[in-house]
Amino acid sequence: MSAGPLAGVRVIELASVESSFAGKLMADLGADVILVEPPDQPPADSEGNADADHVPPATLKRWHYHTSKRGVTLEWSLPSGKSLLRQLIGGADVLLERKWRWGLDAKGLGYAVLSRDNPRLIMVSITPFGQNDPRSNETVTDLTILAGGGPVWMNGYDDHSLPPVRGGGNQGYHTACHFAVMSTLVALLARERTGRGQHIDVNMHACANVTTESGSYTWLGMRETVQRQTGRHASVHGTQPTQIRCADGRYVVSGVPPRTAAQFRSVLDWLRELNLAEQFDQTPILELAIEETGGLKLDRVASDESIRAKLGAGREALNFIAERTPAMEFFTGAQRRGFQVSIVYSPEEAFEDPHLKARGFQVEVEHPELGKTFRYPGAPIRFTKTPWQIRRRAPLLGEDNAEVFAELGLTESDLARLRGEGVL
Amino acid sequence: MADAAPSALSHLRICDFTGQLAGAGATRFMAAFGAQVIRIEDPTNQGRWDILRQMGPFKDHQPGIDRSISFNNHNVEKLGITLNLRAASARRALEDLIAVSDVVSENFAAGVMERLGFGYERLRQIRPDIVYISNCGFGHTGPYKQYKTWGPSVQAFSGLTFQSGLPDQPPAGWGYSYMDHTGAYYMAIAIMAALYHREHSGEGQWVDMATTEVAATLNGPALLDYTVNGRPLRRPGMPNSNRDQGLELGYRMVPHGIYPAKGEDRWIAIACAHEFDWHFLCLVLKIPRPIEERFQTVEGRIEHEDELDALIADRTRQYDASSLAIALRERSVRASAVALPEERIDHDANTAAWGLWPEAQHTELGGVRVDGQPVHLSETDWRIERGAACLGEHNDCILGDVLGYDLDRIGAMREEGAL
Repeated sequence: MSAGPLAGVRVIELASVESSFAGKLMADLGADVILVEPPDQPPADSEGNADADHVPPATLKRWHYHTSKRGVTLEWSLPSGKSLLRQLIGGADVLLERKWRWGLDAKGLGYAVLSRDNPRLIMVSITPFGQNDPRSNETVTDLTILAGGGPVWMNGYDDHSLPPVRGGGNQGYHTACHFAVMSTLVALLARERTGRGQHIDVNMHACANVTTESGSYTWLGMRETVQRQTGRHASVHGTQPTQIRCADGRYVVSGVPPRTAAQFRSVLDWLRELNLAEQFDQTPILELAIEETGGLKLDRVASDESIRAKLGAGREALNFIAERTPAMEFFTGAQRRGFQVSIVYSPEEAFEDPHLKARGFQVEVEHPELGKTFRYPGAPIRFTKTPWQIRRRAPLLGEDNAEVFAELGLTESDLARLRGEGVL
Repeated sequence: MADAAPSALSHLRICDFTGQLAGAGATRFMAAFGAQVIRIEDPTNQGRWDILRQMGPFKDHQPGIDRSISFNNHNVEKLGITLNLRAASARRALEDLIAVSDVVSENFAAGVMERLGFGYERLRQIRPDIVYISNCGFGHTGPYKQYKTWGPSVQAFSGLTFQSGLPDQPPAGWGYSYMDHTGAYYMAIAIMAALYHREHSGEGQWVDMATTEVAATLNGPALLDYTVNGRPLRRPGMPNSNRDQGLELGYRMVPHGIYPAKGEDRWIAIACAHEFDWHFLCLVLKIPRPIEERFQTVEGRIEHEDELDALIADRTRQYDASSLAIALRERSVRASAVALPEERIDHDANTAAWGLWPEAQHTELGGVRVDGQPVHLSETDWRIERGAACLGEHNDCILGDVLGYDLDRIGAMREEGAL
């Protein structure tokens, strides 16, 4: 199989919860990502237990976030460790870190020093609030970043006595890592012309702030505040429900409502097929809406009551059908009629869906030391010439010490000595 | 670098059919770093290709095709032309533009570019090393390839909506199109990674992106819990996404939640990662000593988490969210008030110092503040100064300066309705 689009790019990643997803993204795209960890890790963080029938969260996290990387141990607070780290970085294209005040700078390995060694180096420093804000030396979590950065305000329920909700799955970290990779690519493309690297400052709080869609632009452009609603966009004035509990108790989202004559015709036909047109009290409005040649003029929604009524009737009609149909049937039936609806799957249900399976989204990853193979989520992006790929399961702690340090010219006996000194 | 034009990507030209946010957000990022992004729009139906031109909010509540705040936000620093592809001269102009472009980008439903006559094979004839990126909900293969999506339906399908919520409640989901933003981020990654490969190989390619797949990868550890341990997320008591399941630090943080604060609809997020965090939390919240026996160990706090959260909520509602968050952070306890848009945009020293909300000049709307970029590059930073293009605003300049058409030719195209 051909290599990924970032083949030939070497990344040194100083292990951190903030940066690990950025490393994975680049590694699965073909970069040679070397994960540098301190040697004294608790075992659950570094490998699975072959005998356990329950693999603990620390191991699951390691397996997911470190695919395709090589792993070394290095205690770089010790002088010989520091010198090895400096050599590794000297030969790298990218250095990825969660920056701390007591980190590389304090050890004399700040960007100024490292870029003198290696002018092509692209150094990526992820921090909670940007490298110049003193608060970046505080510890944060996904929850506090998403709460302070805007996303949490927008998620939750119509009932505001219930707290706003954090979207699950470490998305605060993910968003920062997306920007870390995007900006690394900008710097790689720029370096093709200038021959020089640069220092990238990734601000997690800012990443969350600009990933809130209408929350930000409604304030910026209108000085209005959106309010959270159950299962749909937060809004200034309140909107109709779009998340419907189907006949089988499962949920669907009814998506963008009908707005062209053909779409109104289609929803009316569906009601008739299901013998529901008589029961639905807004059928006469749908019948008016199918006369709307050219579609509803959405820019007049605010001023035109009849447009609002027709849009509302279309939405209500889809919701009416959903309440009387099993969720999967509503999803496929509405989509076949051209409506952008969806079933609300749990993550594992999405993973087992026939469409994703047919596209090969499930990939098998071998864990040879366990004698087992597990299914992993596959490619987020389909490159036709340079495929995304999990080349290997996450490294065991220090698994690639011999290989990586041999590339720096170290011998077996050097490695043994460094292990004895607690450097590896 | 303050006065120099952004140079990182200024050698790149993107022939851009993207719209809404899921596509437009990708080329928005590259435009801020200097790429010449030329958005192609259909003149015949007043922006039919981008619903955001027709949807509010509109500046000063005055509707108009060039007045949308959201369209402006997602298209700053891009150029805009109109091409009516039913006209032969417009198709010829598009071919000429593709021939001098590095990238063709779109987020139509699957198959639309093919029907327009500009599928990948045709693009490659025009420009052999073109990078072509298609971005749609379900991709170009598979049983649902004809299905259509927007942000919320991608979130629903992938499991993201499901896993945002509280127990015994319907899914809370996302109050915004997280996957339109994030789909755009992956689209930008895809374009730039393919360009990097082209730099080294001379080879272009087609990248087929399905946002439902992007979204499904964002649940990685929970999916492994299912495939490795056989434990699904659809199980009693779940989801409970204000709590921590141990998949962030490798062990459970407890207490970990969003608690009420003083005032109407004010909230504070608090997470205890260590034993001493818990003790400082009790100290700051003046939780009476001795602490009840059931809360004395982390195992006990996990077992009685509902009662624990109730105890904490009783205390937090007596405090102002911001002051309490500061008091907790002074004790190294992770905490943050749940910020309103106004607070994080107009009263946040960090976002202000960062320059996160630049003002872009729009031809019709004047100055409008927009989302900036959350990264700074030391040598080739971004810049956002120009607002989105009005419909067809750059027709003369692109057809003239980029394609070398003379005024007569452009005038003739305009006359036949090609622009």
